[in-house]
Amino acid sequence: MSESEDPYENLTITTGAVVEPNTSRVNKTGSWRQFKPVINVDACIACGQCDTYCPDQAAKPVEGEDYYGFDLDYCKGCGICEEVCPTDAIDMIREEK
Amino acid sequence: MSSDLQDQDFTDELEHDEELWNPGHRACAGCGPALAMKYITEAAGENTIISQPTGCMEVVSTPYPESSWGTSYIHNIFENGASVASGIEAAYKAFDRRDPDHLDVQDSDDLNIIAVGGDGATADIGIRALSGMMERGHDVLYIMYDNEAYMNTGVQRSSQTPFGASTTTSPAGDESIGNDTNKKDMTSIAADHGVEYVATASISNPHDFKQKVEKALEIDGPKFLHVYSPCPVGWSYESSKTVELAELAVETGLFPVFEMEDGEITSVNKISDRKPVREWLEKQGRFKHLFDGEEPSEEAIEELQTWIDERAEDLGLDA
Amino acid sequence: MAKAEQNPSEEQKVMKGTSAVARGVMAANPDVVSAYPITPQTGVVEKLSDLVADGELDSEFIKVDSEFNAASTCIGASAAGARAFSATSSQGLKLMSEPLFTAAGMRLPIVMAVANRSLSAPLSIWADHTDAFAERDGGMMQFHAEDVQEAIDHVLMGFRVAEQVNLPVLSNFDGFILTHVQEPADIPTEEEVSEFLPPRDPEYTLDPSDPKTMGAFARPEHWTEARYEIQRAMEESKDVWAKTVEEFKEIFGRDYTEYNGMLDTYHGDADYRLVALGSMCGTIRKVIDEYRAEGVDVGLIRPRVHRPFPTEELREALGDAEAVGVLTKEMSPGYESALAGEIKGTLYHAENQPPIKSFVVGMAGRDITASDIGAMIEETMEASAPMAFDEQESWPQLREELLADGGD
Ligand SMILES: Cc1ncc(C[n+]2csc(CCOP(=O)(O)OP(=O)(O)O)c2C)c(N)n1
Ligand code: SF4
Ligand code: SF4
Ligand SMILES: [Mg+2]
Repeated sequence: MSESEDPYENLTITTGAVVEPNTSRVNKTGSWRQFKPVINVDACIACGQCDTYCPDQAAKPVEGEDYYGFDLDYCKGCGICEEVCPTDAIDMIREEK
Repeated sequence: MSSDLQDQDFTDELEHDEELWNPGHRACAGCGPALAMKYITEAAGENTIISQPTGCMEVVSTPYPESSWGTSYIHNIFENGASVASGIEAAYKAFDRRDPDHLDVQDSDDLNIIAVGGDGATADIGIRALSGMMERGHDVLYIMYDNEAYMNTGVQRSSQTPFGASTTTSPAGDESIGNDTNKKDMTSIAADHGVEYVATASISNPHDFKQKVEKALEIDGPKFLHVYSPCPVGWSYESSKTVELAELAVETGLFPVFEMEDGEITSVNKISDRKPVREWLEKQGRFKHLFDGEEPSEEAIEELQTWIDERAEDLGLDA
Repeated sequence: MAKAEQNPSEEQKVMKGTSAVARGVMAANPDVVSAYPITPQTGVVEKLSDLVADGELDSEFIKVDSEFNAASTCIGASAAGARAFSATSSQGLKLMSEPLFTAAGMRLPIVMAVANRSLSAPLSIWADHTDAFAERDGGMMQFHAEDVQEAIDHVLMGFRVAEQVNLPVLSNFDGFILTHVQEPADIPTEEEVSEFLPPRDPEYTLDPSDPKTMGAFARPEHWTEARYEIQRAMEESKDVWAKTVEEFKEIFGRDYTEYNGMLDTYHGDADYRLVALGSMCGTIRKVIDEYRAEGVDVGLIRPRVHRPFPTEELREALGDAEAVGVLTKEMSPGYESALAGEIKGTLYHAENQPPIKSFVVGMAGRDITASDIGAMIEETMEASAPMAFDEQESWPQLREELLADGGD
């Protein structure tokens, strides 16, 4: 790995290598994804099943709307949300990058 | 596919609650144990200290200097999650009594101390630590997340690997039908230690699992939960099927969901029309060899089915 | 040396070594004590249990299932912010080895008394230093006591230094020879100790009011630095230790300040200098007196601290000797004893390199007699470089007639 790729270039090691909480958010796992979930906003009944079963906290209510959307920073494209959606409102599509 | 769907992106418009199991963790796509971690933190809340032995969930959540945890969290080694938690609990007992102003710690009344280990860390290498924690009566909730093998090191067999599963140390072959033992019963072991509350749950029913976590945390003393958590990588199935496979394990009776209080079974999630285990087996690559039509394979499936039927009978599982 | 007088003074009490150490631990008032019985340490856990049962000691005492979980529970307690103590010997220390290395890496100042005993096989309960040396590279500070008084004081000073530099401590004292001896010793009171040892004030705890993640794994980009910090803390601990022994002297009157608290000497400027750890130095001193009376200029250098290694101090203390004899109760099969190798390493780039002979003696409780020591003094006096490898170290107490083929 080249120096410039290291996001922690200026890091100082804490005593005992203790870590601050909630810090994995810097790691954008969305780059892992091959398929991306898309929502049919008309079919979504905002039941929240996708949110309940997403291992990556990536299916969330869209602010001010009555449907859910996906956090593409973190969604790994596992497809669980598509499987658990009771109204088939979610499709996994191959992502063109 | 139409390009407006390709462009669909709500990332910046989403409502996030405060999460104690944060994204950015490196669990594989569709990881069942990652769901268990999410539910545990949701049920326990922020006033929690988690002790976690080595294994997938530790490795994916804490590469220095990142952590996916919003609660206090400690990992030490593979076989001592329960005793690290015991030590934390003892420290708080001492703090409660001695009131050390300089430390600025809370009293332990509303504090949750939870150890969360994999099946290997719990039922195999860490069973001494767990036994000691339960027998001494520490006020700790121990949760075993069961993905039925040592996944972190590449899918080796554990004492929770089901009969017939091919793993890297119980490979199927001309002379082998895969793993040749049934799952070790950790609930009985916990109950026989005098643990007041022992229960099983599945990630396919988060409501039930979270209720059990909450119920356990109300009780003083040791508690034990066994949560079923499929692993797409180790079981060899498509990542989208995690919840479905967890649910099928329940519906076939391979993984019965029940509670024990003071050593007695007090509730069982009854199953009507229990499905044959085949329906669960055939969906996973680790059992592929059992469907070659040969006699030993048929016998192996029969043997697993018999084990399930006997346990179902004991538990009164069938509705 | 700060040896207790043989006739106990007003403040001194005569009690078994393990009880005396337990009473010293009590004065440090740990929050959590977690230990498991093993000969010859058992007296320490038993006494601590008694003190808790009688309400004299207000610690949480965890009746653990094994040494492995004694160390592990101490790690949990220490991470939570508690002052934690344990004690063990031999097989028990081996069983703790894995968690102890992590306590160093996680920078948890757990203090342990180690009643030294040989390692199996063959099984033996008797004293030597193979247990302590097997943990040498874990990042734990290590002290060796010559008498019961030092065993008590090293634990107290151990807490003080451990909590400043965030490293665990193994405070060694020889099994049976010190654990089971009845010796007069000053047992410091909790009031005296509280002046010397402030409550532990850790940088991080696990309290959810300020959540942290401890025990993260490090990738190759960070591991070296994280572990190198132990090396730096060991370096830093030398200064802290030097100050600690000074303060200890002021409060308790016992003087461990020679060579910054690292070495204790007896005729340390003699022509011929023996080096040894722990309780065997009592006998060595007597033999030195006899030889000196005969006109032989021989003295003793006793490292009080083994980790951090007293490099500078040993260079100064040994550099101008005519010859050095290292008497050690440990071995490193396939090479020579670790202590001899370390001392040679220390002197290699020093100005002078006196010839060094080493002697593996006193293994698994074999008695070291005055005449054994005399013979080793005489062999040391003959030492001259260069030496073949098999001349460097000898086993003077070896009973060759017991070896298969008579040792051929
Ligand atoms: C003493 C020791 N032995 C072996 C290992 C290697 N090891 C690390 S995690 C692991 C398997 C973990 O299995 P499990 O507890 O089931 O958790 P999973 O990874 O499946 O989530 C093994 C064998 C170790 N770290 N320490
Ligand atoms: S595809 Fe998987 S990771 Fe992405 S939102 Fe759906 S459940 Fe979450
Ligand atoms: S190997 Fe399995 S358990 Fe481990 S992170 Fe991946 S999906 Fe989860
Ligand atoms: Mg596992």
